[in-house]
Amino acid sequence: MRNRSKTDPAVRSSPSTSASDNESVFLSVMRPGERGVVVGLAGGRGLLCRMASLGFTPGAEVTVIQNFGRGPLIAQVRGARIALGRGEARKIQVRKVAL
Amino acid sequence: MSPRFFSAVPTVGEALDLPAVTEERTVLVALAGQPNVGKSTVFNLLTGLNQHVGNWPGKTVERKEGAFTLNGTTYRLVDLPGTYSLTANSAEEIVAREFIIRERPDVVVALVDAAILERSLYLVAELLSLPAPVVVGLNMIDVARQEGVEIEPEVLAAALGVPVVPMIATKNVGVRELSETVDRVASGEIPYTPKPPQIRADHQEVLEEIERLIVGCVPDPYPQDWVALKLLEGDQEVTRMMRSCLSDERWEEVHDVLRAHDDALVAVAGGRYEWIGRMVRAAMTRPKAGQISLTERLDRWATHPLWGLLILAGILGLVFGLTYTVASPLMDFLDTYVVGGLADLARAALARAPAWLSGLVVDGVIGGVGSVLTFLPILLIFFAVMGTLEDMGYMARAAYVMDGFMHMMGLHGKSFLPLFLGFGCNVPAVLGTRVIESRRARLLTILLAPLIPCTARMAIVAFIAPAFFGPAATLVSWGLVLLALAVLALSGVLINNLIFRGQRAAFIMELPLYHLPNWRTIGLLVWQRSMEFVRKAGTLILGVSVVVWALSVMPGGDVEHSYLAAIGRWLEPAGRLMGLDWRLIVALLTSFIAKENSIATLGVLFGAGEGPGLADVLATTFPPSTGLAFLAMQMLFIPCLATVAVIRQETRSWGWTLFNLAFLLLVSWVTGVGVFWLANLVGL
Repeated sequence: MRNRSKTDPAVRSSPSTSASDNESVFLSVMRPGERGVVVGLAGGRGLLCRMASLGFTPGAEVTVIQNFGRGPLIAQVRGARIALGRGEARKIQVRKVAL
Repeated sequence: MSPRFFSAVPTVGEALDLPAVTEERTVLVALAGQPNVGKSTVFNLLTGLNQHVGNWPGKTVERKEGAFTLNGTTYRLVDLPGTYSLTANSAEEIVAREFIIRERPDVVVALVDAAILERSLYLVAELLSLPAPVVVGLNMIDVARQEGVEIEPEVLAAALGVPVVPMIATKNVGVRELSETVDRVASGEIPYTPKPPQIRADHQEVLEEIERLIVGCVPDPYPQDWVALKLLEGDQEVTRMMRSCLSDERWEEVHDVLRAHDDALVAVAGGRYEWIGRMVRAAMTRPKAGQISLTERLDRWATHPLWGLLILAGILGLVFGLTYTVASPLMDFLDTYVVGGLADLARAALARAPAWLSGLVVDGVIGGVGSVLTFLPILLIFFAVMGTLEDMGYMARAAYVMDGFMHMMGLHGKSFLPLFLGFGCNVPAVLGTRVIESRRARLLTILLAPLIPCTARMAIVAFIAPAFFGPAATLVSWGLVLLALAVLALSGVLINNLIFRGQRAAFIMELPLYHLPNWRTIGLLVWQRSMEFVRKAGTLILGVSVVVWALSVMPGGDVEHSYLAAIGRWLEPAGRLMGLDWRLIVALLTSFIAKENSIATLGVLFGAGEGPGLADVLATTFPPSTGLAFLAMQMLFIPCLATVAVIRQETRSWGWTLFNLAFLLLVSWVTGVGVFWLANLVGL
């Protein structure tokens, strides 16, 4: 949680989308435009509750809108645009879906 | 408008001060909805100016209540706090559900945003499990259409089993239909047959088991099945309640079941969204893929790490420009003509009265009223700007681009705007922290706001620094600003780690769709917030002004021999560590009423008036190291009375207010001494 501002190397070196189908990754490494389905959530009760009420539950479709590899990112889930810190995005596990 | 609407803070269940309507029906309606669904707009349209604003008893959550009459029926409308769910995560969520369970409103209006229907319906899924009939207001159908979302209200109504009223609240479309539907549900004309969500099949059994264990032990008026569901979700409030209601052995049984299903929270939430998916399947047509919405296009700029910062800087520039071109002249006008005129009038009227009475009225009372009054222009502008940015949806973007930076001090992205505007004045900075949802981040922002050097403090620096430092005065001023900001950052880290133990509010926040601001909503907000300031903070400011004035003239009638001077002399040993004598200490003390009082006090104590001569007298009396220490202390000293009054108003706690003052006193003294020794070390 404390190293949110550091660069996420995985974003830069992320393999191409076609090769990583069905692979489960953290939301924090998905690139803008990539889609996925939430498969798992981690975190304390308060955070889980907040994520769930904002639409992040297993089975929810997520599209990453903005992710510069550092700082917070923006994802679209259940029709709403949600800004998340990197720490929070690392608690959401996503299975990528081909575009 | 009648002043009575702002005269009292009603408590839950307290009757409203309405015209006598003995035969007619009164219907209690609760207005619920997630944030950004247009709740205030609907509330204002229905109640107009007929509304009370206060706080929920014992909470810092704002409570709005109003009334309107339709076809001979009087409606009491209570605006519930905007929340995403009804699980006991925040004071807002507890307030909302406790109201519905305990007060049993005749109807709950659940406002949903048609453009993000699925997410909006999450709250409806929770509301349908509570014992009050729900009417869904399907708001913003115009925005939804713009985004390519089409919804058939009748189909949605048939699926949910509750009435659905399509609306565009910003254009006053559907609001009348909404109130008519509420009326017909309240009177039983429309049968209420909701189809609430059922728990997912794989958790059905465990839910039944919990219900069996708690049957007969659930305190009134809580519904048993709801309590069972909340226990399964791990809701802290309900868990605490049931632990005290059940016998120890029974609680152990319940606890064992819950422990075996500690993943149920996500499953229950997932189940609600599955239910929502079934509800909207037939009623909603989604946008075609590849359609780029207005919000998306604007956000490419507004949330960009570079362009977003530039846009934010531009907006801040505009705000300051507006403040200086509009508010400053208005403040001067009020100060010179209105307050000054009043003082002259009072002085003339009391010419023959004893001097103490004239002093009390002119310097004590009118001085206090004046400082409340002169704050109003800057507050009006500030509330209008903050309200507009919030209403348009920009506030969340500003928080987004600043979060990384604010995070380092344990603050939230939303802390940035209020703190930054504190450079103008600390009072609106403290009041502006209301946009921060996380209570801890909000409190920390309030505690740090007084460390932002406001214009009044800078004016003192600008007056004194040139005499001490000549051409280097500008450099010294910038250095002092940087010093204040460094102290702020350090204090943020310190308070966050020591008192809040390094916890950080999770940064997860909705970026609402952009829309045009609603001037009516913003106007009402500006009016209510300003009245609240005058009523709450104003009273305190006036009272303390009179007391401090009395201390500064009693018993002798002049400052030199007053109680205040005695306090200054008593504190002199602490000041001597940085070369301050009692006169400089008294100047700091009088700056409590208003920062600019420092100069006036020094003028009296050094017998030099308030002209530039005073600064020269100071520079010849004290070494530059003392001058620097005095200015540093002035920058970090306890804020003016108005700021203290709003800190008390916003924290609703004397404990935190006094902690803040003690903290600032200590920090400013330590910094002052540090600056003095450092300056001596380098030979200033």
